[in-house]
Amino acid sequence: MHELAVTENIVSIAIAKATEVQAQRIIQINIVIGELSGFVPDCIQFYFDSLSRETIAQEATLHFQTLPAQLRCRDCATVFSPHNGAWLCPQCQRHRVEVVQGREFYVESIEVE
Amino acid sequence: MKKIEVMQNVLEANEVIARKNCELLERHHILAINIMSAPGAGKTSLILHTLARLEDKLNIAVIEGDVASTLDAQKVKNKAKAVVQINTKNMPESCSLMAGMIAKALEELPLESINLLLIENIGNLVCPAEFMLGEHKRVVISSLPEGDDKPVKYPLIFATADLVLINKMDLLPYVDFDVAAFCRSVTDLNPKAEIISLSCKTGKGLENWCSWILAQTRTVSAKQ
Repeated sequence: MHELAVTENIVSIAIAKATEVQAQRIIQINIVIGELSGFVPDCIQFYFDSLSRETIAQEATLHFQTLPAQLRCRDCATVFSPHNGAWLCPQCQRHRVEVVQGREFYVESIEVE
Repeated sequence: MKKIEVMQNVLEANEVIARKNCELLERHHILAINIMSAPGAGKTSLILHTLARLEDKLNIAVIEGDVASTLDAQKVKNKAKAVVQINTKNMPESCSLMAGMIAKALEELPLESINLLLIENIGNLVCPAEFMLGEHKRVVISSLPEGDDKPVKYPLIFATADLVLINKMDLLPYVDFDVAAFCRSVTDLNPKAEIISLSCKTGKGLENWCSWILAQTRTVSAKQ
């Protein structure tokens, strides 16, 4: 539900960069999104279609690369991906874990002409 | 066609405003606490009891976030030094407060005459975990009827909390809530989080919460 604000950010980041390099049109925006971030690519796409209208980003493709969640056990240092969303160390069977990867959310690159 | 590297955090816009909010609050020696929970866990009750117990010691302002209505703002109006209600009904991002909303609310508050700001976030255990507001401390309330598995089901919000409150302790004889298991789940996710159990109904444990706030206000003013 909070994707409108972040989509506005994506559009303005992409347009600012494209303007900086004097591009005429943005063809694709490559976004990296961690599995643990609470943002839904389909929602971002929905807002993007209307927010980009009549800008140099209009009709650009949004490409999402999802980074899987990776957790590290604080006891045995095992790094694992949570199974069925449970933050449970497969070795120790405990929840003493910290996030190594999965909260990322950034515009990695844009493709322009 | 050429590819241009960007590598820019999408949430940066929010984080920049959050940092500005925090600087503004610190210039005025104000401690800001972001209070988050599921709907009905007791955020407003906690704030009302906090106002009643600390009104002689601190000048408290409240920012109330709700999807609709001014019910909560009306409840706290008489006790707080100042209150601002934020309704997110007409904002598409209605699931969490965001730093920009707090920046606007701060313009309406008498910053020179307050030293504690309590921010009641939207009732939600998912979205508020993503958005920093400029607060110094993040507090999550879990209440007994919700069940003791919430840290396991919503790990991110518990992993980023400074303090977890277990509310409605008066219901312990009537519900299956394993307090020890709950505390273990919180500490597993977040060894630094403090945990206080209390009941807004009976008042038991509220003195520990109030002492915690007073200790935090001292650390913020010590920074100045």
